[in-house]
Amino acid sequence: MADTMPLYEVFVRARRGLEHRHAGSLRAQDAEMALQYAREIYTRRREGVSLWVVRSGDIVASQEEDAPAFFDPADDKPYRQATWYKLPEGVKNL
Amino acid sequence: MAEAQDLEARFQARIDNEERIEPKDWMPDAYRKTLIRQISQHAHSEVIGMQPEGTWITRAPSLKRKTILLSKVQDEGGHGLYLYSAAETLGASREEMIAALHGERAKYSSIFNYPALTWADIGAIGWLVDSAAIINQIPLQRCSYGPYARAMVRICKEESFHQRQGYDIMVSLATGTPEQKAMAQDALNRWWWPSVQMFGPPDDASTHSARSMAWKIKRYSNDELRQKFIDQAVEQAKILGLEVPDPDLEWDEASGHYRTGAIDWDEFNRVVAGDGPCNRERLETHRRVHEDGAWVREAVAAYAEKQAARQAQQVAREANAGEAEQSRRVSRGREL
Ligand SMILES: [Fe+2]
Ligand SMILES: [Fe+2]
Repeated sequence: MADTMPLYEVFVRARRGLEHRHAGSLRAQDAEMALQYAREIYTRRREGVSLWVVRSGDIVASQEEDAPAFFDPADDKPYRQATWYKLPEGVKNL
Repeated sequence: MAEAQDLEARFQARIDNEERIEPKDWMPDAYRKTLIRQISQHAHSEVIGMQPEGTWITRAPSLKRKTILLSKVQDEGGHGLYLYSAAETLGASREEMIAALHGERAKYSSIFNYPALTWADIGAIGWLVDSAAIINQIPLQRCSYGPYARAMVRICKEESFHQRQGYDIMVSLATGTPEQKAMAQDALNRWWWPSVQMFGPPDDASTHSARSMAWKIKRYSNDELRQKFIDQAVEQAKILGLEVPDPDLEWDEASGHYRTGAIDWDEFNRVVAGDGPCNRERLETHRRVHEDGAWVREAVAAYAEKQAARQAQQVAREANAGEAEQSRRVSRGREL
C-alpha cells in the first residue's frame, strides 16, 4: 500500500509577505492528507503561516543535461548588471 | 452585516500592522478593483514602453550598445509579464486587461507617448524615465498586496541596470564631440518635463490618493516622489555638464530642495487624454502586433490539444497492456 502513495512537495510561507519556499517532500494518499502531514512534519515549531502541497509528478523541472543550454547564455552578458557600469566621480543615487 | 464589518476590520488591521494581503485573503471589492487597475496599467506601461526604445535596437551605434538595449527592452517585456501575472492572482484575466488597453478604458504611463528622436534619447530615457520609475517603484516593494510587492523587488533590481546604462550613454555623449554633447542636451530638453510629470498631478489635484494611502498601496504622495526625483536628477545633470531646461530652477536653502518653475499640467492632461505626439501610434502598434500574433496563440492551443489527445491515447494503450502504473514516471521533463 505504502509504495502506491504519491510523493508531494511541500512549500512553507514563513511570514506573511514572503514567498512560499520549498521545505521538502512527503508521501500521502491524497492532497488533503498531504496537507495534514505537512503540518505535522514541517511546521511543528511555528515555521510558517501557510502551506502549499503539490504532487511531485505535477512539477515540470529542467533537466541537468539542459542546464548549459538554459543558463549559459547569461554568462557573457555581464552588462545586465548595474554594477558593470563605471560611474563618473561624485554621482549619487544611481 | 456584522460579519462583513469584522472582515473589513481584520483586513485593515493587517494592513496597519504592516502585514501583507495575499491572494486568498478576504479583501474589500474596491481594494481588489483598485489593485487590478493599478497593476494592469503598470503592466501596460512596461509593454508600451518597449516601443520608443525598440525603434533604436537596429540603429544603435555599436554592437555593445545594441546588445545592452536589446537586454533592456527584453527586461521591460519581462516586467510586463510579472505584473500581468500579479494582476491575475486577483482574478483579472489577461484577455480582459488587453481588451481594456485596446478599448482605451485602461491607460499606460503618459511618458511613452513621446518619440525617441535620436540616439541620445535612449540615454535620456534610461537615465530619467527609469530613474523616475525606480523612485515610484521602490515604495511599492512594501505595497500591502504581497504578489505586487514581490514582483516589484525583482523589477527594481533590473531597473537599476536600465538607469545606469542610460546614464552611461549620456556620459559618453556629454564628454564626446560638441555635436554629441548638443545631442545629449537636446534629449534632456525634450525628456525633462515629461519625466517630471511622470509622478502625476500635484497632491491637491490628485483623486484616490488618500484611500490608496490608507490601504498602503501608495506610501508617498506624488509631490514627495516628484521632489525626490528632481533633487537627484538636477545633481546628476550637473555632473554631465548639461543644463536642466528650467530657467526658474533654484536651490532652496531653507528646505534643502530644488524648486522648479511652473509645471505645464495642461500639456500633461492633454497627453493623458490621448493627444500626445504618439498616442495613436502606440495603441495602433499594440493592436496590430496583438492581432498579427493571433496565429501563434491559435497554434499553441492546437498543439496543446493534440498533445493531450496523444497522451490520452497512450494512457489507454498502456492501461490495456497493464502498465498504467509505470506510465506516470516515464515522460522526460516531468521527473524531478
Ligand atoms: Fe520596467
Ligand atoms: Fe526599465
